Amino acid sequence: MTDKLDRGRLEISADECKGCGLCIVACPVQVIEFSKTVINKQGYHPAQYKGSGCTGCGTCFYACPEPGAVTVYRLAKQAQ
Amino acid sequence: MYEKHLEKPASFYPEYPRKSGNQAVTHYCPGCGHGIAHKYIAEALDDLKLTERTILISPVGCSVFAYYYFDVGNIQAAHGRAPAVATGIKRINPHSIVISYQGDGDLAAIGGDEIIHAANRGERLSVFFINNAIYGMTGGQMAPTTLVGQQTTTSPRGRNIHNEGYPIRMCELISALEAPVYVERVSLHSPGGRAKARKAIRKALENQVQGKGFSFVEILAQCPTGWKVSAPDSLKWIEEKMLPYYPVQVFRDKSAEAESWAPPDVTYSDADVLQLIELPLEDDAAPAARPKVAEQYRNPRIKIAGFGGQGVLLLGVAMAQLGMMEGYNVSWLPSYGPEMRGGTAHCHVNISDTPIGSPLVSASTVCVAFNKPSLEKFEKEMASDGLLIYNTSMIDIEPTRKDVEWLPIPASEIASQMGNIRFANMVVLGAYIQKTGLVSMETAIKGLPTFIKAKKLIGENIKALETGAAFVRGELKI
Repeated sequence: MTDKLDRGRLEISADECKGCGLCIVACPVQVIEFSKTVINKQGYHPAQYKGSGCTGCGTCFYACPEPGAVTVYRLAKQAQ
Repeated sequence: MYEKHLEKPASFYPEYPRKSGNQAVTHYCPGCGHGIAHKYIAEALDDLKLTERTILISPVGCSVFAYYYFDVGNIQAAHGRAPAVATGIKRINPHSIVISYQGDGDLAAIGGDEIIHAANRGERLSVFFINNAIYGMTGGQMAPTTLVGQQTTTSPRGRNIHNEGYPIRMCELISALEAPVYVERVSLHSPGGRAKARKAIRKALENQVQGKGFSFVEILAQCPTGWKVSAPDSLKWIEEKMLPYYPVQVFRDKSAEAESWAPPDVTYSDADVLQLIELPLEDDAAPAARPKVAEQYRNPRIKIAGFGGQGVLLLGVAMAQLGMMEGYNVSWLPSYGPEMRGGTAHCHVNISDTPIGSPLVSASTVCVAFNKPSLEKFEKEMASDGLLIYNTSMIDIEPTRKDVEWLPIPASEIASQMGNIRFANMVVLGAYIQKTGLVSMETAIKGLPTFIKAKKLIGENIKALETGAAFVRGELKI
């Protein structure tokens, strides 16, 4: 493996997201965006992870008002 | 190779079984500060392992449904009364962690007095106060915390100090009191602000774990809907408009030096509680020497209804009073509109050999209807084999229930012939006593002055009682 693994990873539950955008403005590395194609159950374009660059800092988790919409993962120690 | 670092705190329910709406998400608007504050509280409860011993009081306001979300003991209090309810719960369950979660309308307006006194008594509570400078749930009206010049639906030209005064700074008010141990204002507007908010929430809970007294955390939170801005802009709104007036700081922190205190362990048995509220223990409920009552008339659950002014509520009081004089347990619960005359009124009466669990009467065994709407409304909810007394002077239809006993009586006409239509209620009482024998006529005559205050009317009321009884005996010619 040549590429260095990201320190973090992000999961956003599309159906729990209300599209407020607070995670997007909170993310210090700007790796979250609104989906342009998905319209969720509640009728919002949900936020989605761009797919790379997450540092696992958790800032988005603490900015999101929805209890279960954001889950943050960190690279396990032994994998680094 | 990735491990979960942050996920939905376990102190939330996995799903929210709300009546309507998507049960996977909260009812809050997109971007609302409540959800964020909820998350921090739930996270702290997880980390401090308090979930199982926490009781959260939901207020009235947007966060009224907090009980749908937190997997803790939940109680929802009347508007503004959360600190009073929390006080009762904490005092009776001193080892529980009791949280009063309130918005600015609830805490600073209608509940202003409750919070001040709870703080002043130094109740060992954690109070989380969400200040978003507006009434959110009801559609964006001015709150006590609304900023000077801020436009709301009830201050459309902006809050004017000459008309509405200045926004209330609750932290400053509370920290002027002696008892509070910890008072801090935090804000959700930035990552740094949010980190402080998490810390403050944790500290308020830890203080309670250590028995340290009243902790109060004011959280400046965004209401994008009420403020009519986007969620990202609502954070700037806090920063630019709220922070200059509501400084974010620790106003009081005596956490380290405050004395830890817990009341002595007391456990109450059922018998203790019954004694405390002066109910007889089941075994002690001695059958008093009462008139013998036919089985179907025993332990009546009575509903009395009519126009306001027909003596509906007084008849209920009379029945309860006389029942009490015969040694029964009794309850009386009125329900009426704001009108003193006209309008509708009804009341619930229980007269029972055994302790009464609830004063509310749902399936009545006795229904007294003074007018037509009352008959139509309340005969439906009667229990089978009940007794239906109805005032034929004002009801020109027959009851529809065939499975109950009818006692039609022209009570208003009888009373009118006696000289005062307002005696109709005593005519009915006399009829009821004669019909059921639940109370003796001697007791009724003896007890009458306790609920008929005008002395000169007592004689005529006794006559009304006796006339009602005579009607049931078939001795009255109309």
